[in-house]
Amino acid sequence: MSNIPAELKYTAEHEWVKIDGQTAVVGITAHAQSELGDIVFVEMPAVGKTVTQNGDFGVVESVKTVSNLYSPLSGTVSAINPLLEKSPELVNKDPYGEGWIIKLKDFNPAEFSALLDAAQYKEKIGE
Amino acid sequence: MAEKLIFAYSQKGRQAHTLPEAPPVNFGLPERKILRLPEVSESDVVRHYTRLSRQNYGVDNGFYPLGSCTMKYNPKINEQIAAFEEFTGLNPSAPERAAAGLLKILYETEQMLCRIFGYARFTLQPAAGAHGEFTGLLIIRAYHLEHDGGKRRKILIPDAAHGTNPASCTLAGLQAVTIKSRPDGGVDIDELRRHLDDTVAGLMLTNPNTLGLFEKNILAIAELVHNAGGLLYYDGANANATMGLARPADMGFDVCHLNLHKTFATPHGGGGPGSGPVGVTEKLMPYLPRPTIDFNGQEYFLNHDRPKSIGKVHSFYGNIGVILKAYAYLRLQGSAGLKRASELAVLNANYVKARLQKAYAIPYPQICQHEFVISVKEWKKQYGVSAADIAKRLMDYGYHPPTIYFPLNVPECLMIEPTETESKETLDAFCEAMLKIAAEVQSNPELVKSAPHSTIVGRLDEARAVKEPDLNYFAGAEN
Repeated sequence: MSNIPAELKYTAEHEWVKIDGQTAVVGITAHAQSELGDIVFVEMPAVGKTVTQNGDFGVVESVKTVSNLYSPLSGTVSAINPLLEKSPELVNKDPYGEGWIIKLKDFNPAEFSALLDAAQYKEKIGE
Repeated sequence: MAEKLIFAYSQKGRQAHTLPEAPPVNFGLPERKILRLPEVSESDVVRHYTRLSRQNYGVDNGFYPLGSCTMKYNPKINEQIAAFEEFTGLNPSAPERAAAGLLKILYETEQMLCRIFGYARFTLQPAAGAHGEFTGLLIIRAYHLEHDGGKRRKILIPDAAHGTNPASCTLAGLQAVTIKSRPDGGVDIDELRRHLDDTVAGLMLTNPNTLGLFEKNILAIAELVHNAGGLLYYDGANANATMGLARPADMGFDVCHLNLHKTFATPHGGGGPGSGPVGVTEKLMPYLPRPTIDFNGQEYFLNHDRPKSIGKVHSFYGNIGVILKAYAYLRLQGSAGLKRASELAVLNANYVKARLQKAYAIPYPQICQHEFVISVKEWKKQYGVSAADIAKRLMDYGYHPPTIYFPLNVPECLMIEPTETESKETLDAFCEAMLKIAAEVQSNPELVKSAPHSTIVGRLDEARAVKEPDLNYFAGAEN
């Protein structure tokens, strides 16, 4: 049973997003990190890059596989998690906290409300 | 017991040989530095490497059911043939007329591959499967550059494809676009149709696919892609299921690579090198790497006069030793033998699948081709036992584990390809081991989760190995 915080929104591709004022914080879910296994590298976009909803914004590499990261929202990258370069395992240890991946600004709130809520995501992953 | 590095046996001043006294010669080279070589005796060296060699596991030790890798037996006579002095003594820069026999063999190898797979020509230059993909994609790119300018850049790749496919696309300057498969593992025609526009360069496909299933809609798929102006690329990693039974060119594939080191029984998996010939239909012939090996009715020669060629992709003409072994295998088998090999490869896979079906979840239960996929996702939920745990436990039973966590669209999967060269007794013994492990998962999951118990080393820290690769014994030491 993985942790699916009720206050977040989710994509079918296992990213989560949280709105914090003018900023949207994006990471991958506890379920995603558990399926991926030990994460060894996270490739993140440059700050200032524009991303589109469902477009890929980075890559996460684990001992098992390499997967694209898909943006839950369209917007501009305002920050990337500086800790992940040295400690990609934070995504495994604390996927909803210290393991966040990027922050977005200038996003579209309408896109946010259309994302999966916790119950829908839970159903999606069959738990 | 784990074997130490050779440096750990070093004793100052110890040596294997005493060289005869020779007067020092000054070549005007920079000041000599002491080489940091281990100082060991001859017997230290022999014993160290013999111990290491005994820790190897290969097809000559035992069963090796590595899915999509075709670890079939490598006949030893092929090694003897490739080692003939007439080949090994030939200088790669020798004039063509001095290498006429070898050129004839390479030409004949190409002719045989053309007949088996239905292509107009092959290049034998690429050194392995991914190199073949790269070469094939450069050919596709060159074709489109000539016909459509540079706008066709997208290569569509199903999500169950081999991981090398998108990587080769990127290297070849094309853009890989993943298309989702249908729940039954086949290409989703509607999804494919949505992606087909005038920017599509082609579709890469493995048939049978990585679930071991034959893509029955291949003719309709080929027609759709061709009508949209794209080309079809055949990833030959799974060709062991189709020899003498179905030809990729007849299915509509314009380009194909083969892995001589899988399908044609030359060593690989650390024992390589490989060879990845690329075949093309007539319209793509002008773009083949140069030189090609041509015959003018009297002589075999290297034809460099190919103005539209993508250029050379290997020094000289590819990994000749590997091609020679494959040539010997082709001649040994003949067309009837190759067909029989594919039939038995498919039969063996279905036999193992049928025996394991009682104990393991097989998400695609229909008749398979040369390989099939197990999923232990329910055991992961129920007992916490993963595909990796099953693979580790198999090592305790003396088997090389199958491919795991591939294809990516099947969670917690193991992909089993027995090949045609295994006897019923070997397959039965493997099935018994797998069935015992299935029982252990339910009676004693901890035993499986903590496996392997009988190997020299247990679970390695794979994450740390990637994050902190320690590849140099002297790293950090003073010069």
